Amino acid sequence: MNYHFEFGWLLEYYPQIGKGIGITAELIAVGAVAGISLGICCAWVRALGPAWLKPVVAAYVELIRNTPFLIQLFFVFFGLPSLGLQLSELQAANIAMIVNLGAYSCEIIRAGIQATPRGQFEAGASLAMTRFETFRHVILVPSLQRIWPALSSQVVIVMLGSAVVSQIAAEDLTFAANFIQSRTFRAFEAYIVSTIIYLALAILLRQALAIIGGFIFPRRTAR
Amino acid sequence: MIEFTLWDILRNLLLATRWTVVLSLVSFLGGGIVGLALLFLRISKRKSLRSLAKYYIELFQGTPLLMQLFIAFFGLGLFGIDVPAWLAAGLALVLWTAAFLGEIWRGCVEAVAKGQWEASASLGMGWLQQMRYVILPQAMKVAVPPTVGFSVQVIKGTALTSIIGFVELSKAGTVVTNATFQPFTVYGLVALIYFALCWPLSKSSQILERKLNVAHRNH
Amino acid sequence: MSLIEITEVRKSYGATEVLKGINLDVASGEVIAIIGKSGSGKSTLLRCINGLETINRGSISVAGAQLLDDEVHLKALRLKVGMIFQQFNLFPHQTVGGNVMLSQTVVKKTPKPEAEAIARKMLERVGLAHKFDAYPDELSGGQQQRVAIARALAMQPIALLCDEITSALDPELVSEVLAVVRELAAEGMTLLMVTHEMKFARDVCSRVVFMHQGRVHEVGPPEEVFARPQTPELKQFLGLH
Repeated sequence: MNYHFEFGWLLEYYPQIGKGIGITAELIAVGAVAGISLGICCAWVRALGPAWLKPVVAAYVELIRNTPFLIQLFFVFFGLPSLGLQLSELQAANIAMIVNLGAYSCEIIRAGIQATPRGQFEAGASLAMTRFETFRHVILVPSLQRIWPALSSQVVIVMLGSAVVSQIAAEDLTFAANFIQSRTFRAFEAYIVSTIIYLALAILLRQALAIIGGFIFPRRTAR
Repeated sequence: MIEFTLWDILRNLLLATRWTVVLSLVSFLGGGIVGLALLFLRISKRKSLRSLAKYYIELFQGTPLLMQLFIAFFGLGLFGIDVPAWLAAGLALVLWTAAFLGEIWRGCVEAVAKGQWEASASLGMGWLQQMRYVILPQAMKVAVPPTVGFSVQVIKGTALTSIIGFVELSKAGTVVTNATFQPFTVYGLVALIYFALCWPLSKSSQILERKLNVAHRNH
Repeated sequence: MSLIEITEVRKSYGATEVLKGINLDVASGEVIAIIGKSGSGKSTLLRCINGLETINRGSISVAGAQLLDDEVHLKALRLKVGMIFQQFNLFPHQTVGGNVMLSQTVVKKTPKPEAEAIARKMLERVGLAHKFDAYPDELSGGQQQRVAIARALAMQPIALLCDEITSALDPELVSEVLAVVRELAAEGMTLLMVTHEMKFARDVCSRVVFMHQGRVHEVGPPEEVFARPQTPELKQFLGLH
């Protein structure tokens, strides 16, 4: 193997890489906040909600969890316009990520709700709270705390999975790597560098989620 | 322009599905073998081996599968071989699957009660004998549901190989879409085929897990 | 008129009937101890009064609020009756103060400063004002149970239901909780308590209800019930203690 590694292009293309990192970060920030919110709503339906809505949410969750994210993305970006819904690359990427994380976090959060001791529901009820008030003020936060590590892992998985949004020309980090390799013909180096950046992003994201967790959940112990 | 019937579309997609299935099987089996090796490194008595496996797992779990595919595809090319897409796809998926299976199985081995190690050691068993006769038989029981569950991730992971040009279900979806201009129908069908492959596995994983939990409660 | 009226209440779980027609009237200011073996239905009865269990037949009303199985009626009822649980059931993610304020602000829409003032007053009553900013897992079991009492009192109920509130406590912590209950009784709070503390029942309660196999087997003032039990079942039960 007489190949000479060449990283000189980094000096020239760092704005592209910077922009790509920015878009990837933005995608996961929006995706995490909206996706987890969607997941909380769906988990509420599946654990405590009205009976008629349960099968609808179950179907959504099963459908998303049993199909590849790439196909979900293509369906949103290429398929939905035929229903008259035109979306930009970033909008499509956002929607696909929110819908995807929503389904996974629904199942994770539901497990957290179901692990709640019955006495917590009863304490809420005995204080004259409605079922929804009890969920909102008593059940939700400890439930999230219980499954926060699993939820954090899922957010990282979705961030790494977002690499495929480059396939609909959303200009994320992978898009930048593709762009650089097409200009410099330094494919291996371009992908090694972006892989290292993804690894760093994954580690940072995990740290950030741990810090956010420490902020939302002031107490270490969850019952 | 040629008219495509729904059956034309579906037939083409189903033909390509064969390659999704083959690649999934290869990745899962190959990943299982490498994953087992990784497991033994991960729980070995030597710290250097344990860290080696740990870093391997963190690397593959902490980077996008798509990047791993790209690196396999372009990296192998550096050796002067013309890399066919199926080889890069298979290699990357095997290594990626191994990382996840190795980590899942480590959890299962660690779930075996500490007393089992102590009891078997007190009977004079060596490390290999402990593993072979006491620990692994118990860990394997616990490992079945999450392993079946992960096979779903492998099938979905194969979709990414379309990006480096391996012709399987997702790639066929793109090709057929370009020919028919019916993205809604085509990707809808592609999703349904994936669902048909994955859902039975997801469901059986859930059922197996429930059975296991019931069995444990009755102890 | 009685404050709490329990009339012909029946409750079954599947085929097993745990309450077989309970009649009990409680006047305002009464302190009632419900005693009996486990499985006699005493906890179930208490939980029915607060609507945590639905009854199959009969009726329960508290100060005119009827127990009906819909959220509006349940809320009206629960605003009048507070409940203290064996396992405390404090909210782990809230401070002590937060626990006592939460339902005031959520259910009664009490403005926060006012809710906080009430919370501090109630914590004062149970001797835990200084723990306002602590979290439940920093407290002993006895302290947690006193916070639970303050939390129920903050809703200003006209009666309190106590479901074996000292059973989960280490022996040395029982007395601090009973002291709080004793004080509430002295202040005229209506109390219904399922308890195993016979001495406490004898000293503090106005009436003792002995339940056996889903029925009220004997009722009377403590001096009579404990000194001259009428039925062999009660004699046997007291002999066990």
